[in-house]
Amino acid sequence: MGRALESAEESVVIRGLVRFLDERSGTAPFVKKALRYVFPDHWSFLLGEVALYTFVILVGTGIYLTFFFEPSTASTYYAGHYAPLRGHEMSVAYRSAVDLSFKVRAGLLMRQTHHWAADVFVASIVLHMLRVFFTGAFRKPRDLTYYLGLTMLVFALLEGYLGYSLVDDLLSGMGLAIGYSVLMSVPFVGANLALLVWGAPFPGKAEFWSRMYVAHVFLLPILIATLLALHLFLVAARHHTQFRESRRTTEKKVVGIPTFPGYAPRSLGLFFSVAAVLFLLGGLVQINPIWLWGPYHIAQGTNGAQPDWYLGWLIGALRLVPNLDVTIGDYTLVPNAFWGGALFPLLVFMLLYLVPWLDRRATGEYGFRNLLDRPRDAPWRTALGAALFAWVFVIFLAGASDRVFVSFGISYVAQLWIYRVLVFVLPLAALIVTRRFCLALQESERLGQIRKQAEAEARGELPQTEQL
Amino acid sequence: MRRLLLLALALALPSAASAQPGLGVKAKTGQGLYAEHCLSCHGVDGSGVTSASHPRGVLDVRGLGPPLKDVGALAADFYLTTGYMPLEDPHEQPRHTKSPFDKREIAALVAYVASFGKGPPVPTPHPERGDVSVGLSLFTEHCAGCHQVVAEGGYVTNAVAPPLHEATPVQIAEAVRVGPYLMPRFEKSQISDAQLDSIIAYVQWAKHPDDRGGWSIGRIGPVPEGLVAWLIAAVALVGCCVVIGRRVRQ
Repeated sequence: MGRALESAEESVVIRGLVRFLDERSGTAPFVKKALRYVFPDHWSFLLGEVALYTFVILVGTGIYLTFFFEPSTASTYYAGHYAPLRGHEMSVAYRSAVDLSFKVRAGLLMRQTHHWAADVFVASIVLHMLRVFFTGAFRKPRDLTYYLGLTMLVFALLEGYLGYSLVDDLLSGMGLAIGYSVLMSVPFVGANLALLVWGAPFPGKAEFWSRMYVAHVFLLPILIATLLALHLFLVAARHHTQFRESRRTTEKKVVGIPTFPGYAPRSLGLFFSVAAVLFLLGGLVQINPIWLWGPYHIAQGTNGAQPDWYLGWLIGALRLVPNLDVTIGDYTLVPNAFWGGALFPLLVFMLLYLVPWLDRRATGEYGFRNLLDRPRDAPWRTALGAALFAWVFVIFLAGASDRVFVSFGISYVAQLWIYRVLVFVLPLAALIVTRRFCLALQESERLGQIRKQAEAEARGELPQTEQL
Repeated sequence: MRRLLLLALALALPSAASAQPGLGVKAKTGQGLYAEHCLSCHGVDGSGVTSASHPRGVLDVRGLGPPLKDVGALAADFYLTTGYMPLEDPHEQPRHTKSPFDKREIAALVAYVASFGKGPPVPTPHPERGDVSVGLSLFTEHCAGCHQVVAEGGYVTNAVAPPLHEATPVQIAEAVRVGPYLMPRFEKSQISDAQLDSIIAYVQWAKHPDDRGGWSIGRIGPVPEGLVAWLIAAVALVGCCVVIGRRVRQ
């Protein structure tokens, strides 16, 4: 490490750059600190960075799209080259999205990359969150960081939904109709809430489109970016967590490689990898071919309409909940859509927000935790996490049951009942199996150590301390 | 027992009915095939087997098979060329399969079924006169709710609305007028023959639509897209993390 730092200081370019900045801003101490910031070493610590870089790609491609997309519900007729749509009445928003795909240079590449990036953004946040949960990285002093991350996930889901909806193709319209019904289903205030957001009964006023647009291209990205900055600031302020891998790694001392010259090139490489994967997908694999869906007109629909994957769990929940309304006389207090569409995600996110608090209560550990647990080290946490994951995952799968029926012929109704049973059985099974598995891993480790020691003693060597 | 009786009847029938006047050569061949493959459910001369003692079958029709008196060549041609009939189990939804009959046999059966009454003939659609754009509108309005907007098929209550990849123009024209299984029947007042030509033109187009943007992963939207996002993109990126994050031991 010492040698690495020397070479960093010898680097003329860096030195010149730091001096340039320092003379004009006095930030040399900060830059020096940043260059010497130590990154602990584990592949799973990079998942959050994947999300970060995907966000960068999202912003970049998104800006390009705003140059051509017109968020207007004004009515127009398509007169372009694409035969199946010629003469169709449609909104300006939809037409501009079709034109942007067909006529604008690199328009389709950018649109597809943007959409793939949205899918991957949420996927990488989920993976990152799983890593944070199963290693206990959410514990003090990083609980605040965890809350910020979770809030970004909420915003990312909303942001994705708005992007899907803005285009005003057939799927957009159907998705908005579902969103409208779910909001309407909130007891007492639902109808007023929906009117407040939509401005008028579905499909709403023209202003609704500008509201969605401003939220999608300005409010939510700014919110996410701000939270992201805070998130990263907190990560750096309290340093990365690390696994207990050697004797040098302690609660007080971070072991890893410094930003420069060790870590920065790796991170840059990861950025290029993310960009490569997303642009390759954007160029080679079709996503949301809106010209095939056609424009949305109220009361029209297509079979098999689905939300993007990250809202699939909500569609699954809407399908699994039995036909149950709470009514008082003629008044429907809680319509069916509330259970799956609103209560279920509220419950899941409430549980996720409570995780640090629940963990403190359960373990009685109120101190600083800078070292990570391996999943097996905390069998109960790991098992409960696996159960929650299994629960949401089963419901997520149920969201695709119609496509499974069409593709594989497994009866839809049979699937629903299987999922309704699995919703209760699988989390329990995951809990028991995961806990057993963790304990078995611990046990085998303990036995391995005892055997090593015994073998060493049998060879007549002194019991050795672990060397690293 | 009843089935056996019917079979026995079926075997005895050709000689008894061959005296029936007015049947052409084709229809006579069809009569034999009918007796062998269709009669046990659709009855003698297409009179149907609808007695109440039989369990409910397709669409709650009591008995084994509906009467075929005035269904005409149109319906017979549709059910036979799609392989929907003969149906092994009358409780099952008929699926698009390869017909056990060859072209000549189908033509013979169609001629025979047509001889039962005054049903419509096999239609002759003209998709080349249709307009793909009008077709998309009509298809979205009348068909996409079940068959999916690019005709990839989908789930409807207790049945499959089949994908239309293999449907020929004639079969589409027939299906619209017949309304097989759960599908509604559309009269000419609802969908005119000219409109039907446009719908067929669109369905033909949708078999090989404009696949700009690359690999078309099914044209059914987010489910396969989610699979690609996880199984290709997420896996590739986790792979990148593992490679890039690999410990460098000094």
